[in-house]
Amino acid sequence: MAAKSAIRSESGKVRRVVVVGGGLAGLMTTIKLCEAGVPVDLFSLVPVKRSHSVCAQGGINASVNTKGEGDSPRIHLEETAYGGDFLANQPPIKGMTDAAPGIVYMLDRMGVPFNRTPEGLLDFRRFGGTLFHRTAFAGATTGQQLLYALDEQVRRYETLGVDDDNGIAIPGEKMVRKFEFWDMLSLIKDEQGVCRGIVAQDLKNMQIEAFPGDAVCLATGGPGIIFGKSTNSVINTGTAASAAYQQGACYANGEFIQVHPTAIPAADKLRLISESARGEGGRVWVPKSPNESRRGRDVPESERDYFLERRYPGYGNLVPRDIASRELFLTCFHEGRGVYNTRTAKNENEVYLDLTHIPKPTLKRKLAGILETYEKFVGEDPYENPMRVFPAVHYSMGGLWVDFERSADGSLVHDSPRNHATNVAGLYAAGEVDYQYHGANRLGANSLLSCLWGGMVTGPAMVSYRKNMGRSAYDASSSLFDGAKKREQAKYDAILKMDGPENPFKLHAELGQMMLIDVTIERHNERLDEVIAKIDELDERQRRVSVLDTSSRMNQSAQFVRHLSNMIVLARVIAQGARNRDESRGAHFKPAFKERDDANWLRTTMAMHREGPNGHGEVTYVRELSYAIAGKTLTVSDSVDVGLVTPRPRKYEQAGAANAAAPAAPKAGDASAKPAVSV
Amino acid sequence: MSQAKTVKLRIKRQEAPAEAARYDRFEVPWLPQMNIISALMEIRKNPMTSDTKQKVAPVNWDSNCLEEVCGACTMLVNGRVRQACTALIDHVAPAGEEITLEPMTKFPLVRDLVVDRSRMFEDLKRVKAWVQLDGTHELGAAPRQSPENQEEAYPLSRCMTCGSCLEACPQVNSSSSFIGPAAISQVRLFNLHPSGSMHAKERLESLMSEDGLAGCGKAQNCVEVCPKGIPLVDSIAQVSRQATKHMLFGWLFG
Ligand SMILES: Cc1cc2nc3c(=O)[nH]c(=O)nc-3n(C[C@H](O)[C@H](O)[C@H](O)COP(=O)(O)OP(=O)(O)OC[C@H]3O[C@@H](n4cnc5c(N)ncnc54)[C@H](O)[C@@H]3O)c2cc1C
Repeated sequence: MAAKSAIRSESGKVRRVVVVGGGLAGLMTTIKLCEAGVPVDLFSLVPVKRSHSVCAQGGINASVNTKGEGDSPRIHLEETAYGGDFLANQPPIKGMTDAAPGIVYMLDRMGVPFNRTPEGLLDFRRFGGTLFHRTAFAGATTGQQLLYALDEQVRRYETLGVDDDNGIAIPGEKMVRKFEFWDMLSLIKDEQGVCRGIVAQDLKNMQIEAFPGDAVCLATGGPGIIFGKSTNSVINTGTAASAAYQQGACYANGEFIQVHPTAIPAADKLRLISESARGEGGRVWVPKSPNESRRGRDVPESERDYFLERRYPGYGNLVPRDIASRELFLTCFHEGRGVYNTRTAKNENEVYLDLTHIPKPTLKRKLAGILETYEKFVGEDPYENPMRVFPAVHYSMGGLWVDFERSADGSLVHDSPRNHATNVAGLYAAGEVDYQYHGANRLGANSLLSCLWGGMVTGPAMVSYRKNMGRSAYDASSSLFDGAKKREQAKYDAILKMDGPENPFKLHAELGQMMLIDVTIERHNERLDEVIAKIDELDERQRRVSVLDTSSRMNQSAQFVRHLSNMIVLARVIAQGARNRDESRGAHFKPAFKERDDANWLRTTMAMHREGPNGHGEVTYVRELSYAIAGKTLTVSDSVDVGLVTPRPRKYEQAGAANAAAPAAPKAGDASAKPAVSV
Repeated sequence: MSQAKTVKLRIKRQEAPAEAARYDRFEVPWLPQMNIISALMEIRKNPMTSDTKQKVAPVNWDSNCLEEVCGACTMLVNGRVRQACTALIDHVAPAGEEITLEPMTKFPLVRDLVVDRSRMFEDLKRVKAWVQLDGTHELGAAPRQSPENQEEAYPLSRCMTCGSCLEACPQVNSSSSFIGPAAISQVRLFNLHPSGSMHAKERLESLMSEDGLAGCGKAQNCVEVCPKGIPLVDSIAQVSRQATKHMLFGWLFG
């Protein structure tokens, strides 16, 4: 039986839903909920305008086909499935690629200052894994511009009131209430296992509170910080996803971690130089001579090895990231042909990313943001000298398992409460935190799209769920919320008392170092066994850390102790998943199992948490799971829906291999055939 | 072998606005390409003062993206407001000088180097810094815009709400409620957009009071410190012109 009022609980409280995360996915979900008249409590570790989505540089994909190339959403679907090495369910991809042009138009209407053509239309550039100009962009700070546009719309909803069932404004209530500088600690689940809200902590004064929510959406982004340094923002510890996983949510395809080929190393983070640099014509090379001591710009053309163009004439510098990263690693690490450093007298793990052949005004207009980053952090002029770059951990294809409902045309059933539902009733997930769209390898500029599309689907799915739910969370017994709050308070109090010999920040550095070396580009089973043993050891040692700070004001150390423990849990899911999967697919590469093995491994890795005997989390992998939604119990398996694009081996050596209807192929090895630079 | 290079920091510590402040000194190993953030990260691994050898709580600071697009890590580095992530140690202290870190002074303190900049987000509400969208459903393409328009809008749209301009503005102080350059520049941005301009009037009216446009004292410090080089003085001048026009003729044309 559905609740009587759409807006008020039996006890007269305004029925809100909870969205955790104010990146693109969380904000889009929030906007969709508000448009449907559902008020939202929005939580974020940082003011939402400072969310990690600001980092995205290169752009967002949509097959608008304004360049007369014959691009279409169908081709976008094919290339996304192919790029992901066929591990992604295809109906959600189809939904996304069909909607993409509309999404980009919507962003334009919101005021995103996208780059323009002389005719005043949106401009598009190339990105990896495609030969089409499909990526809309705002300079080289596209993510920032998209996030700001959504942030502005949500701010508007912060000023708008909530109406009751008769359309009369409810005093003091706003459509969106923001809780910024708050950390979600756990879900609140009732006796039936239904998610009824969250417990969160105010990071300014460390107060812990329970918040009811008729449904909860996690849009908490990726877990890159598990790898120590990455291209990610510092808050990307995956703590919320880990908490949900430990409370019964299934985590899928955790082992698929994207390593981006081109970043600049530093002491605090690895800063990305976006794929758009290559999309605008940037070329990757190393000197032919491993002892080359001249500066990059002084090495003559004939003495350069453009190894990506040489090995992959079809897609050249724009092969997908998994391939490009492996090739860079091979060149530097195995062949010892990285850029020679006269100061250290060795071949560094670095290759050149060269833009110096492109006119400066073009670079300024299209790539200023990233070139400014390079200039500011490296102190060299990328307009004059080729940049020096190396791969870095970047993105998680894996994440919380979410469902979808396939429509007759192979897309998604609009408004189905199953879309983006996790296996915990009432809990949804969207954005990088879900596993849905990118399979074994994400194509560049598809993430911003999947975050926005994810939000556009998740909002309505939550509305449907809420419409059909029985008792509102606001009518659940107060003991449920009090109990959850007490539990988290006790856990936090215990953290404040920790005064062991270990330093949590040093433990994190150890974890990151190990994950980076053994669980990224190349994976070996013996090493993974060691990693898993070491994770157990770190799990032991983290119980003996010192909290370092006992203040009752903002206490980042105590918060970090909690995040560390959650990172260790997810690290195990990632490493164990990698250990199990004896094949190579997309970003997951084992030299001992070089081939993709569809017979055994064309399936989703589904990890479930179990408390082990000595308090260590244990990962169990399941082939199917049952979950309750809309009054029914559904059983879903790990098989992948590949009904739209038949799996086949990837062949990026051949132009157009990623889709059935390729544009005219550039001639192999011909330098003039590199992506056109439109001026 | 010469002594290993180190980085010396002097950091303002304060538990809460009402508590006494002190300065702690730290010394951490120098690393290549180090910035202020990585120095702070090193302190956490062994939070002990370098002069008095006391164990202290690790320093709290605000940061996120570490590539100067989120605006979080804004603080005073040797008295100058800027993002700590782009403050490279070798530039700030080329000869190993001691570096002083302090929180911004124009916002309420949370703890140590962290301040509360919520007023800036409130100001964005006041000036209605958004396009009034009919909805997110498909409504086809947006109005066309010239590349010139985009090239004017894009720099304005890179404002990170970091607070540098407010920190540097002499008119923003405890005895004035001047809204500051950031929000005014956003008014320029939205009044420039084809559909945003339909609500230009409301935005201008929100700036007509004492603490709006009239609050600017033309010190021009804001442009000096803006990390994104946003033409803030231009923005204030342009919006002032729009406001004057609106005040003089607005009632005529409705
Ligand atoms: C350098 C860089 C460049 C990129 N460039 C591109 C690009 O050009 N194109 C593209 O498509 N993709 C790009 N990506 C990927 C893309 O930016 C991200 O995948 C995407 O922005 C993720 O968005 P999100 O909404 O899922 O999460 P995020 O933007 O990461 O937001 C997560 C939100 O959750 C909140 N949160 C997290 N944990 C908690 C908690 N415990 N409690 C409360 N709140 C919490 C955070 O505060 C934040 O608001 C890039 C990524 C990087 C790192």
